[in-house]
Amino acid sequence: MSIPEAIVHEHDVIVIGAGGAGLRAAIEASATGAKVAVICKSLLGKAHTVMAEGGMAAAMGHVDDRDNWEVHFADTMRGGGYLNNWVMAEHHAKEAPDRVRELEAWGAVFDRTKDGRILQRHFGGHRYQRLAHVGDRTGLEMIRTLQDHGIHQGLDVYMEMTVIALLRSGGRIAGVLGYDRERGRLRVWRAGAVILATGGIGKAYRITSNSWEYTGDGQSLAYEAGAEIMDMEFIQFHPTGMVWPPSVRGLLVTEGVRGEGGALRNSEGRRFMWDDIPEAYKNQVAADEEEAWRYVCGDKNAQRPPELLTRDHVARCINREVKAGRGSPHGGVFLDIAWIKSRVPNGEEYIKKKLPSMYHQFMQLAGVDITREAMEVGPTTHYCMGGVRVDGDTQMSSVPGLFAAGEVAAGLHGANRLGGNSLSDLVVFGRRAGESAARWAKEHGAAPVDNAQVESETARALAPFDRLNGENPYAIQSDLQNVMQRLVGMVRVQSELEEALGHIASLRARAANCGVVGHREYNPGWHTAIDLRNLLLVSEMITKSALLRPESRGGHFREDFPLRSEECTGFNLVASRADDGSMNIQRRQRPPIRADLQAIIERMK
Amino acid sequence: MASHAQPVTDSTTTRPVQFKIWRGDASGGAFEQYTARVTGGMVVLDCIHQVQAEQVPDLACRWNCKAGKCGSCSAEINGKPALMCMTRMDTLPTDQPVTVEPLRAFPSIRDLVTDVSWNYEVKKKITPFTPRKPDRPDGTWTMYQEDIERTQEFRKCIECFLCQDVCHVLRDHHKHDEFIGPRFLVNIAALEMHPLDVADRIADLKDRDGIGYCNIGKCCTKVCPESITITDNAIIPLKERVVDEFYDPITRLLRIFRSK
Amino acid sequence: MPLPQAPGFLETRRIDRWWIQPTLVFLGFGAFIVYSTWAALQGSNYFTGGPTHPGAQQLLSPFYSPVLWDATGLHSGHAWIGQQPAWWPTWLLFSPALFILPFPGLFRFTCYYYRGAYYKAFWGDPSSCGVGEPSFRGTRYRGEQKFPLLLQNAHRYALYIAILFIGILSYDAWVSLWSVDAEGVKHFGISVGSLVLALNVILLGGYTFGCHCFRHIIGGRQDCFSCHKHQHAAWKRVSWLNTRHMLFAWLSLFWVGFSDVYVRLCSMGIWTDWRIVG
Repeated sequence: MSIPEAIVHEHDVIVIGAGGAGLRAAIEASATGAKVAVICKSLLGKAHTVMAEGGMAAAMGHVDDRDNWEVHFADTMRGGGYLNNWVMAEHHAKEAPDRVRELEAWGAVFDRTKDGRILQRHFGGHRYQRLAHVGDRTGLEMIRTLQDHGIHQGLDVYMEMTVIALLRSGGRIAGVLGYDRERGRLRVWRAGAVILATGGIGKAYRITSNSWEYTGDGQSLAYEAGAEIMDMEFIQFHPTGMVWPPSVRGLLVTEGVRGEGGALRNSEGRRFMWDDIPEAYKNQVAADEEEAWRYVCGDKNAQRPPELLTRDHVARCINREVKAGRGSPHGGVFLDIAWIKSRVPNGEEYIKKKLPSMYHQFMQLAGVDITREAMEVGPTTHYCMGGVRVDGDTQMSSVPGLFAAGEVAAGLHGANRLGGNSLSDLVVFGRRAGESAARWAKEHGAAPVDNAQVESETARALAPFDRLNGENPYAIQSDLQNVMQRLVGMVRVQSELEEALGHIASLRARAANCGVVGHREYNPGWHTAIDLRNLLLVSEMITKSALLRPESRGGHFREDFPLRSEECTGFNLVASRADDGSMNIQRRQRPPIRADLQAIIERMK
Repeated sequence: MASHAQPVTDSTTTRPVQFKIWRGDASGGAFEQYTARVTGGMVVLDCIHQVQAEQVPDLACRWNCKAGKCGSCSAEINGKPALMCMTRMDTLPTDQPVTVEPLRAFPSIRDLVTDVSWNYEVKKKITPFTPRKPDRPDGTWTMYQEDIERTQEFRKCIECFLCQDVCHVLRDHHKHDEFIGPRFLVNIAALEMHPLDVADRIADLKDRDGIGYCNIGKCCTKVCPESITITDNAIIPLKERVVDEFYDPITRLLRIFRSK
Repeated sequence: MPLPQAPGFLETRRIDRWWIQPTLVFLGFGAFIVYSTWAALQGSNYFTGGPTHPGAQQLLSPFYSPVLWDATGLHSGHAWIGQQPAWWPTWLLFSPALFILPFPGLFRFTCYYYRGAYYKAFWGDPSSCGVGEPSFRGTRYRGEQKFPLLLQNAHRYALYIAILFIGILSYDAWVSLWSVDAEGVKHFGISVGSLVLALNVILLGGYTFGCHCFRHIIGGRQDCFSCHKHQHAAWKRVSWLNTRHMLFAWLSLFWVGFSDVYVRLCSMGIWTDWRIVG
């Protein structure tokens, strides 16, 4: 095969992305004997997983022995507004404990209970103490463990690569086209199977907790390769991001702060979360501050503080307070952990020990000592529940040989993800994807790469270099972020969504004329131009899907349809590329849930 | 209830700040001067991004989380190794240009980006985590909080390689072939003090990893953004373990008796 | 590895006053070395009280403790063996301190804190963090990997001796609570000098028991703390001192020097050792 100027690599399985899901998938695929490559956008170990703080949900029952997979399953479904892929929710609840223990066997060091087992903490939407954690840096622990385990498994890791396209051959996947950022050389990875583990889309928004890598690459690559993308209207706005100073606006403040007793207050000092308790959680919320504190301390008979309701709800309540003029000076509300000093001995040290990186983050970046002062927080774009539609058992997408795991895949979380379910998602479905991709590659072998596709995609990627007077891609990206933030944010309405579609169309036209100066070696302007394509695609998916769901549920809130609609429980929205190249969004009827699982849900209501 | 947060810096005023940013590649380079508009709360990385977005789109700079958690944006700011995303502008004197240059202990790729692949090669050579047999039939172990606290400190490392950069053994003496640097001494300390690990890396430490090249200047500890007490808690205890094994006649003798 | 050229001597882009710390260390250590060498070579005025000075508190300079042989003509009352031995060559300077001072000196020379500090201040290795080194060393740098600094690994043996000295100096502080009158009767009393010597023991103890080797030996060498609860408890206490090792290193260095000054000036009759109790 001769591909002009491209370096060609041959593997059985290619994993795109080296976060928790990608590494776990690569380890699993490699364990079956497959020749595996991991392609990542940053250096190894820098993926967005490092930013996960609170923990990893797994019903091990170490702290509360009433917990088991059925409770976890029911919590996940309830949190997801019952739009979850129940097959995945079942696998997830059942397998998460084994994945936690496996991490320990690979060297992870979780915080301990008094009797020497893995400690678990409270989190929003989880009925019992369920999150295995390491202080507030659980994601770092996971990624380092997987990284250090993985490098001894014979993986080939390609760092600082940008993927331009998925290569197809007669309807199935054949490989990956990309370039190395260091030198700008084109590369083709031929493979039997490809696993997408590229994470989310946060950089489509102005205010986000996500890192620069989160530009919807996987969703876009899969879409362009013909795969179906599902549930894109469901974007999670984490209720507590930093709001001050502007430079760190959106930076995550872990839910662990509330798990340790942190109280949300408005400018009047009121714990406003008690003002609005959703019906589905009426029986799960404490009557008063006393009971809420007992819950935080582990009293099994107490109910949760309202701050630990699901993220979609908490974010909307904060939004309401700010809009009503009861916000903090910089447009957020107050999150107060310092008050627990009146409840725990040596409170200052306790807070520093339990929330070390929060303490440093606020001290260093905002000059706020969280052991003395309240933090200012507000909602920030955090997670995309939607993504590549996959089979619940194998994680294969609608394109044969193309798999997806982690945030880039849809299904597990439905309309809203529970905190802590993401880290467990990564390893549960990373493992499943790795296993099935390796099997698929073995059964189907490699396919020939279509040189014409390589050439046309290469030309498309290099085009910005020819437009010497083209527009600066940074400016277009910035404008897109403003449009999405303003018009397709937490609170949506038909007219604004339609307005946004107009903007996206004109931004696409501008993007088609963007130009890049300099050469191909480590040129961030060029990387931004490529990211822009993906950001525009996912923005369109989000906006169009949001228009077509006339109800409010989970991460999707329509001001013009503020209630949940029973009719809408029956379908998911699926985006795919029509033959004419336009984006097609369809309602996909949900398969009826298995009777035994439905019984669990009813029992736990 | 705690007092409400007050803004510590004024975000409304904008002032111009001069920057001298190193531009170039492996074949050489020089400082070039740029101006950024700085408002309260901004960090150095914000300024670099501003210059990149508005003046030189091809200014190469590595970054990722912008929250001090991934360790990508390591550079030398006014001669001190630091994370650009965690260095606030109001901590720097602005009556003179702020110099920003790449890590000096690694080869340059372009502008602020260096080739840190050596670090990944070093890590591969370290004997991986090797746990003892599980304590319980379900394959799990018992460990207590006091057993893991030392290891947890070392596992906070975000691999920003600032410690490697400031270490004079690498920076000035270029001992990359004989010395693994503070980051990996911390890595080995995390493994050696892991209560479950049974592998022995002490002989490697003494010879291949060159722990003796460390002369305890503590510069690594000073630059660590995670405040890991690298020298006192990781390197010196490892040096002592090497002494136990190789340089202390009494412990050697005791070992011979015990093994009999 | 194709690296940018190593920075030249003292080359840096640091704009803070990085040179202050190594300069202070140089001056501090330098002053101590000069004074202690001078004091050790005096061979006189190292005690007060004793059989030749009835009534005075029995203070002994820590530079001279333990006294194996008193210098000719002096009777400190502390000598373990007696007077300067007859076999001592007349051309060779005799001072009781010469037998003693090398041991604590060795402890400090091999101390992990001091090593890091004097490598910088005395031979610029490195001059300071991120500041260029003298160019002659270059890739020939040996560090502590090879001879001679490989010998620093014997620090723990210096520690064992230093611990013995803590016992001896404690005894001296105890003895300083008594004076002997002309009839040879002991009288209890506390003078400023007793307090000086007591504080000296406390500071030296804080320094010695915060030693990195001690921290390792007492418990740090264990991987499983819950399996060795007493060692863990001890390790935690030593760790508390160890995080303050630099502080105690300087305090004790200063105070041991001052203790000698105090005893010396009292012995010379320039200062009076005021009695507080008794």
